[in-house]
Amino acid sequence: MTSRSHYKRILVDYVGLSSVLAGMILFFGLQTDYFFSLTTFRTIANQIPDAVIIAVGMTYVLIIAGIDLSVGSILALGAAVLGVCLVKGGLPLWLSVGACVGVGLACGAVNGFMTIRWQLPSFIVTLGMMEAARGGAYLVTNSKTQYISGIERIYEANIGGLSMPFLLAIAVVVAAQIVLSGTVFGRHMFAVGANEESARLSGIRVRLVKFTVFVISGGLAALAAVIHCSRLAAADPNSGAGYELQAIAAVVIGGTSLMGGRGSVINTFFGVVIIAVLGTGLVQIGAEEPIKRLVTGAVIVIAVIADYYRHRLRSRD
Amino acid sequence: MKFRFIMGRALIVSVIAVALGCAGCGSKPEAAPNTPGTASPAKPRIALIMKSLANEFFLTMENGAKKHHAAHAAEYTLITEGIKDELDVSRQVQLVEQMIAQRMSAIIIAPADSKALVPVCKRAMEAGITVVNIDNKFDDDVLADKQVRIPFVGPDNRKGARLCAEYLAKQLAAGDPVAVLEGIPSAYNGIQRKLGFDDAIKAAGLNLVVSQVGDWEMNKANQVVSAMITEHPELKAILCANDSMALGAVAALRSAGKLAPVKVIGYDGISAVRELIAKGDMLATIEQHADQLAVFGIEYALEMLKTKQPPADRETPVDLITAANAK
Repeated sequence: MTSRSHYKRILVDYVGLSSVLAGMILFFGLQTDYFFSLTTFRTIANQIPDAVIIAVGMTYVLIIAGIDLSVGSILALGAAVLGVCLVKGGLPLWLSVGACVGVGLACGAVNGFMTIRWQLPSFIVTLGMMEAARGGAYLVTNSKTQYISGIERIYEANIGGLSMPFLLAIAVVVAAQIVLSGTVFGRHMFAVGANEESARLSGIRVRLVKFTVFVISGGLAALAAVIHCSRLAAADPNSGAGYELQAIAAVVIGGTSLMGGRGSVINTFFGVVIIAVLGTGLVQIGAEEPIKRLVTGAVIVIAVIADYYRHRLRSRD
Repeated sequence: MKFRFIMGRALIVSVIAVALGCAGCGSKPEAAPNTPGTASPAKPRIALIMKSLANEFFLTMENGAKKHHAAHAAEYTLITEGIKDELDVSRQVQLVEQMIAQRMSAIIIAPADSKALVPVCKRAMEAGITVVNIDNKFDDDVLADKQVRIPFVGPDNRKGARLCAEYLAKQLAAGDPVAVLEGIPSAYNGIQRKLGFDDAIKAAGLNLVVSQVGDWEMNKANQVVSAMITEHPELKAILCANDSMALGAVAALRSAGKLAPVKVIGYDGISAVRELIAKGDMLATIEQHADQLAVFGIEYALEMLKTKQPPADRETPVDLITAANAK
């Protein structure tokens, strides 16, 4: 693959996704008075950081042909630990954040270890973690939502109306994309996802790659928990339910293959933005709940079909 | 390699087996039934079947019941059960069936679905078990259709919501634009709360600009409210059908810098919201006395077991929580 065709390929993706996005923004802009405003975009930007960060981890997992169903529950457990450390424990913020991220990394490590040690499908392993981490979140908080006073400062710190979490999410996206397309580890991920056996035969430490990816996914889910809590000023043990599916949807809209071996973090970012714009736009035009769900479902499927054609177009080159 | 493969399979099978085993082990061993046949007038055995114990409301309810039991341990034995989440209706039906099999004296149930649980409760009654409905009222039409009468002990959600919204209306002027955040559309208590809000909004002449679903959930509510206040910057108040959604609404208003001009009310009286009310970031909520709800049900069931006849429905109190009594 020459680097020229590589960039051409990326360009095709961006054009496709950004035209979908532009179309949606145009549609909602024409429908309501207030959609096409700085406030709307700032609100969307400040709402997606946790979803973006989770989706970055999910992109990695899907690229190695795995799946991580536990991210929503790890977010809840991380939030629970953070809330209890701050509110009940009275610990300083940095230590609480450390504990939160540590728990996420540990959950990810358990996922990774179980997957590689017994060659289990990650679907089952992370399904187990999804239940276990959720239970942990209830235990830690005693099922009570913790109100965290003062943590919203993290969110209020901003540059030009863009919150620190948003800038952090952008940084994570950029870093993750660089790792993916510019490092040996990134190439190994693609190789493992495309064909595990031939990756092994060509000397790639498949198990290490898989383990690392699950640890990253768990850690990012917990990092998202910090952002989630600071946005809502509260830690709810029920939070994050269904996030795993939302993240998978965003990643797949971005053209990452569920079969592994193919994907891009930047496109995942577009996927998250598309879902967020859709959600906000539908509320602003006052759509009924059932309609919202119908439309969201349809957009996910249409995006994947579009990806199928995009992929065929590219492989013809 | 082959060995590892077999081990792998064995492990998967055993994990599944354990998982299934756990799913079936709802009943607690210490609550073993009396040996059937010994129909001595022993202590009545009461089962309390709730919705999700992951919900602070039901956990408080369970703790209240346990406390009451500890104080009256000589009068009855108590088993408490909950389900995984509020939508796990079939699991709740199973729980009732287990309690029928264990020949409990009475079942006190907070149904996850006001229609789907009626038939199994009817079976329980036919097996001679006293059934008391708490928290979420059974659907009147289904009860009539099945020709059963199950007494209800619980709060009037419509009344509570109206109470809270009336307090809000006093702080606003007629014609002020307001928004409502609803619970899951199929939930009876959510519907009742929406009706209560509507009653007060109409009575005070407020202008209901928009009503959206927040699924009882903080994050969803946060997103919906963020979009709402962009589209309707003139809003003066947001009426939330539960406290989790109110927390999400307050966070959305705070990040938009509109916490002061927009008033928020909730429902349930969870501790996190009481803190916000005390701070002045939220206006009011409704306390339903979750800890007392199950106790009322238990006392009611004991009374029914003694007198052998069903007394009338009993309404439990709903109280307004404002800055004056939040702490």
